[in-house]
Amino acid sequence: MSQAQDLRKGWAPNPRYLGLAVGALPMAGLAMAAEATPAAQLSATDPLWMVGLKAFLVIFGLLTAFAYMTLIERRLLARIQIRQGPNRVGPLGLLQPLADAIKSIFKEDLVVSRADKVVFILAPMISVTFAVLTFGLIPFGPKDAFFGYDPWVINLDVGLLYVFAVSEIAIYGIFLAGWASNSKYALLGSLRSSASLISYELALGISLLAPVLLVGSLNLQEIVEWQHQNGWLILYMLPAFAIFLLTSMAEAARTPFDLPEAEQELVGGYNTEYSSIKWALFQMAEYIHLITASALIPTIFLGGWRMPGFMEQIPLIGGLFALPYLWMFAKIALFLFFFIWVRGTFFRLRYDQLMVFSWGRLFPLALVWFLLSALVVAFKWPVALLGWLSLLSLVVFSAYVILTAKPKPMPRMGAGD
Amino acid sequence: MGIAALAQSMGITLRALFSKPVTIPYPDAPVPLKPRFHGRHVLTRHPNGLEKCIGCSLCAAVCPAYAIYVEAAENDPNNPVSAGERYAKVYEINMLRCIFCGLCEEACPTGAVVMGYDFEMADYRYSDFVYGKEDMLVEVEGTKPQRREAAYTGKPIKRGYAVPYVRPELEGFKPPK
Repeated sequence: MSQAQDLRKGWAPNPRYLGLAVGALPMAGLAMAAEATPAAQLSATDPLWMVGLKAFLVIFGLLTAFAYMTLIERRLLARIQIRQGPNRVGPLGLLQPLADAIKSIFKEDLVVSRADKVVFILAPMISVTFAVLTFGLIPFGPKDAFFGYDPWVINLDVGLLYVFAVSEIAIYGIFLAGWASNSKYALLGSLRSSASLISYELALGISLLAPVLLVGSLNLQEIVEWQHQNGWLILYMLPAFAIFLLTSMAEAARTPFDLPEAEQELVGGYNTEYSSIKWALFQMAEYIHLITASALIPTIFLGGWRMPGFMEQIPLIGGLFALPYLWMFAKIALFLFFFIWVRGTFFRLRYDQLMVFSWGRLFPLALVWFLLSALVVAFKWPVALLGWLSLLSLVVFSAYVILTAKPKPMPRMGAGD
Repeated sequence: MGIAALAQSMGITLRALFSKPVTIPYPDAPVPLKPRFHGRHVLTRHPNGLEKCIGCSLCAAVCPAYAIYVEAAENDPNNPVSAGERYAKVYEINMLRCIFCGLCEEACPTGAVVMGYDFEMADYRYSDFVYGKEDMLVEVEGTKPQRREAAYTGKPIKRGYAVPYVRPELEGFKPPK
């Protein structure tokens, strides 16, 4: 009896390791040895079955969100192009994702005869698995907001580090897919995409160093809490926010940076030889990356699940805005819309432009901003200084935009509208 | 680098997002046709009900696709079919051969054969594409497959187009509501 209880005690008070155990089963052994670790107890502990249930819910929710994200994206892109988009399957086309799923499952699943079959089959699974793993960290509300349990799956102190580590592994899926296909197009495509993804990962990581330095924690919940006390990080970290927004677009292989699957001008990419459900798994990984990115951005820069501070002051309706999930979902939806909007607007960058933009613009900018905020933190200057610096950078950027704007061309004769 | 231009293009797409789609959901909504559309031929009648066609075969002569076959017969003076001496006993157009060029309409001395609006003539058998007088006279609504389907389902004939107005050559032709 006592042994069993001890074992449970060893499991229970360390949600960080529990999360890892759920995330990656081989890590389960760690949880046994976790008793000695003093955990920064931000949350009450959830029982293991609850963590499992929440992990299941997150995965289920992500897959559903992916399915409907494809529909919403197609509808919105269609409207941007003054079309109607898919509206035939079910009311408003709402069953379209179901039809797509059935189609991609029952399509012929080609495996290239000279391919490395094991890796070929494993690659999409790697992609999708490691895409799913990061979402559990994101807090959706105050503790106990999920029917008396915590509205997050894992509470890791190494939060952001874990996010990056796992999303880096997802690149393996892409690279292995290209390599295992035994096809020169797929190999070139995978090299291209892993090169671009790794380049952008650098700027992404460094742009996040500044907020982490300022907050003093990698834990997502502490970041949210810090923002509750000091104001949203976007006010102090505008350049970092901008860089993170751009690079996370590249991380999710979205349109201005979607060379990984430039199906119009290059022969596909790493997924050239894939068909049927394996191809769909790559798409799924991509969209899940996108959803995770649009959940991470508000968590880090826009106050997480909390509403804007000034709304709490509104006397009567202030409480209405405090619904725990509402704000997080609204912010995620906002960024998802933004990503779709950008996709509907911009063209794809050329490969050299892509690289120059990452290494020549974003990377130095991120470094400079990181150094500035490191100075502020190191010399214990007031945090507001960073806010002024952000404002200054905004002013400089706007001046640059205005100065480089080309004069409007003369209206053409007879262009009547 | 025109970053201002990039921002401007975001504005353009946002405006497009809130504009009405130009898509015509065709089988659900009628296709808007121009009044001079070249669709299935219509054999018109005089206001007194006599056919305009006098069986002269000029349309068959001018037809570049040899799609028209006309067989004329003398009118019975007491009970005339057409306004002339003769009338078309057989008037057939093979819609698979027809290129809808409208030369028959130009050649017709009496304005009997006029290009109409029906275009939904897809069918299963070659023989069903040969339209006779009973399929093309002005009072006949729709195409062969449309009328067959209407007879089968018992529903009114559904013609998938809309015209702003009917040109005067199509005397007595009733467009769909």
